[in-house]
Amino acid sequence: MKRFFAGLLLLALALPASAAFDIGQLMNDLARNPGGKAKFVEKKFIALLDKPVVSTGELSYSAPDRLEKRTLTPKPETLRLDRETLSIERERQKLTINLGNQPEALAFVDSLRGTLTGNRAALEKSYLLHLSGTPDKWVLTLLPSDEKIAAFVQRIVVAGSRNQIRSIEYLQGDGDRSLMLIEALDSR
Amino acid sequence: MTRHGRRAFLLWLLAMLAGTAIVWHSRFSADMSFFLPARPTAEQQVLVDQLKEGAVARLLMVAIEGGDATQRAALSRDLRGRLAKMPEFAAVQNGEAGSLDADRDFLFRHRYLLSPAVTPERFTVDGLRTAISDSIDRLASPAGMMLKPMLARDPSGELFELLRQLNPGAQPASRAGVWASPDGERALLLLQTRAQGADTDGQEAAIAAVRAEFAALAAAAGIADARLQLSGPGLFAVKSRATIKSEVTRLSAIGTLAIIAVLFFVYRSLRLLTLGLLPVLSGALAGVVAVSLAYGTVFGITVGFGSALIGEAVDYSIYYFVQSGRSGVAAWKTRFWPTIRLGVLTSVCGFGALLFSGFPGLAQLGLYALTGIATAAIVTRFVLPRVADGGAAPRDLSRLGAALQTAMAVLRRLRWPTLALALAATTYLALHHDRLWSPNLSVLSSVSRADAELDTALRADLGTSDSRFMVVVRGANREAALQAAERAGQALDGLLANGTIDGYDSPTRFLPSSAAQAARRASLPATDELRPRLQIALADSPLAAGKLEGFIADIAAARQAPDIDRRSLDGSGLGLAVDALLLQRPNGWSAVLPLRLPAGDPAIATAAVRQALAGSGALVIDLKGEFNQLYNDYLHEAVLLALAGLAAIVALLAVTLRSPRRLAAVLLPLVLAVLLVIAALHLGGERLHLLHLVGMLLIVAVGSNYALFFDRAAGRLDADTLASMAVANLTTAIGFGTLGLSQVPVLHAIGVTVGPGAVLALLLAAMFVPRETSA
Repeated sequence: MKRFFAGLLLLALALPASAAFDIGQLMNDLARNPGGKAKFVEKKFIALLDKPVVSTGELSYSAPDRLEKRTLTPKPETLRLDRETLSIERERQKLTINLGNQPEALAFVDSLRGTLTGNRAALEKSYLLHLSGTPDKWVLTLLPSDEKIAAFVQRIVVAGSRNQIRSIEYLQGDGDRSLMLIEALDSR
Repeated sequence: MTRHGRRAFLLWLLAMLAGTAIVWHSRFSADMSFFLPARPTAEQQVLVDQLKEGAVARLLMVAIEGGDATQRAALSRDLRGRLAKMPEFAAVQNGEAGSLDADRDFLFRHRYLLSPAVTPERFTVDGLRTAISDSIDRLASPAGMMLKPMLARDPSGELFELLRQLNPGAQPASRAGVWASPDGERALLLLQTRAQGADTDGQEAAIAAVRAEFAALAAAAGIADARLQLSGPGLFAVKSRATIKSEVTRLSAIGTLAIIAVLFFVYRSLRLLTLGLLPVLSGALAGVVAVSLAYGTVFGITVGFGSALIGEAVDYSIYYFVQSGRSGVAAWKTRFWPTIRLGVLTSVCGFGALLFSGFPGLAQLGLYALTGIATAAIVTRFVLPRVADGGAAPRDLSRLGAALQTAMAVLRRLRWPTLALALAATTYLALHHDRLWSPNLSVLSSVSRADAELDTALRADLGTSDSRFMVVVRGANREAALQAAERAGQALDGLLANGTIDGYDSPTRFLPSSAAQAARRASLPATDELRPRLQIALADSPLAAGKLEGFIADIAAARQAPDIDRRSLDGSGLGLAVDALLLQRPNGWSAVLPLRLPAGDPAIATAAVRQALAGSGALVIDLKGEFNQLYNDYLHEAVLLALAGLAAIVALLAVTLRSPRRLAAVLLPLVLAVLLVIAALHLGGERLHLLHLVGMLLIVAVGSNYALFFDRAAGRLDADTLASMAVANLTTAIGFGTLGLSQVPVLHAIGVTVGPGAVLALLLAAMFVPRETSA
């Protein structure tokens, strides 16, 4: 039901938004971002917990498909994404996951990577896209088109300015939510 | 036939019948025990156990090629679906999502008895606060997020503790949802057979099942170019057995037919031919009987050696028929028999030396050949004259003999060139002496190069480790072995923490000792203790104690839960993992803890492991090192045995000939033959190994027969004797030469060494006949 209303809302908003500033234009802007470093603060709102779980750290991205997330608090952890391989290093342990084994997880990861690279085709493979706002303050909403992905993530909202992403919000399949705020350290 | 003749014949017949009965009930085997040490050290015993029963020996790697990625993935899923239901397979993996759910459910269900983190301290107020706070922190990580659905029931994170021990390392690449090679061109599956590695029949049945199911699926899917590639120790065992089986039949047939053709040419009579084969058949039968009685099991390779035995044993009847033809039986007995007897004794010395080998295959070959030759000689001397009296004479070979006498004169002119050649060979061997012998056991394996390459490729694709390093602990019973494994695990945890090792596995991950399970159970607080502790511990936590009723209920249940035993693991992949690491031995139980070492020199890590485990009775083993050690032991032993055999032959000849000059005359051609053959083989690119070394001894043992005739003849070497030697030499060369055609390295090596060696020994003996004794 929630998704139905969200869809309806998007439909109502779609026409005027695309007239002012369209997805193709945003993707072109994003694709020109060669990569760089950013600080992040991520809050996870989990139904079982009374307070959100907060983590902070650094993100670094180099086009086209390498992404590194270094969490500094509460526990150091490094997460690397290189093509289809996700590796997690934590407490002396290194875990390598091949996302090719898990198409849903890959779609989830691609939502971030597709946005970073401005790869519209990759995003539209798994999601319905909707854009609102202006080039200086835009909001891109991704709704999974596949039930299996929807069980994982119901909605992704990416907000930004020009070719910089400012925040990413995930509404997970179980209703829990996470919000990541991003601040660029150097914009090349 | 005389009365004596009849009695001798009847005795012989009885012995043959008894022998046939024994052979009928003998156990024949073509497995790797041929190569495994007869008197293993504790470390070698681990190697043997791993090869026979270990997990690695049950591994089958499967690759599907042809079609497109989607078709291959579909075939992989269907094949897994079918094989997983079959009793032949204990585990079938192809990387499909959800295929490990049963294992994870088991770990979750039994987490409080399995988790090493469960101690009384963990369930105090402080312990709970720390553990739960860590679990919440982990939710920040995607790794922790996978555990989120379990948080209310497992707030202390025991499942996390269990999973993090099971470092899966790198997973294979994946296409269309199933494992694939990195280039995506073949889909991959990993099978564990239920049959043990040593159960070649079971392995053969499992492999046949994979092939049959795949063929049916590929046909049903209509993928014309779908191909199946298989590899693994089981496949090697099955293939090598098939090779040995087919070769035993093929080589014996070729050798026997060729020898029969030669004999028929010489004897011109079916009767003589049949009589001539009597000693040979008796010898071959006696050989198998002796091996069967002494060892219980007769190796296929031993039987394969039969064609060489036939070639050698048939010599005696050739000597008898050709030499006694003109001079009569009585004269033969006095003139020729002592020489033949001495030749038999030198052969017995040569083969007898092998009896003392710790390499069981070699000892069997020695016993087989020794018994066979001795029996053939005895039957020739004591049975043949009585049953063969009178009757047809063999073809007159005096013209052949005369031609040979002429040829000898020509040969003698080649003395100096031959000595120069021998000198060159000696120099060549001296220059290459440290690179002469192949340094590892794999040269004895009949695995083809193509098969070995496929195996390496599939292992790389699947990321299967070779499980080379391991710690082995023992106990009088299962519980004691498990407790020893837990103690060793604690020592290894220290090395894991400081990065000396990357990880280790242990059967106690899934089957802890009863003592450890009892201790963990006793660590769990009763509900009326746990509830207030949670209240205090979680006072400031984002996780309210009131939401943890599931946790409280699970703890209460775990306090009542029975021990996990081996039967609890049935139906999950974990049972197999435990079976592979926990072996019942005749004198107790062994637990195996495979080690994962960091890149770099493994010697440093293994030394640290040895130090950490010093005094605990645990063995730290490098399987590859043990293999090489084993081969080197065999090689060194073979050198000693060859020297001992040679010494025995020289001593025997010295005592019998009683003249250093005659001794030298007999030995010179033999030494030259050995030098020339080995130098030629090495020059020809043959990889020399310990069976070539044994072959060198056999050149001396077999070749001395010919040299002795020249010695004994002392100037009276008539045309008949010379002809009989030529024919006997030909049959010997055919017998051993046939082995040279073999693809079984053990037989091939003996064949290519002794076949040419025997011929050379005759030629050189003729060439270097001392001047005053020549005809």
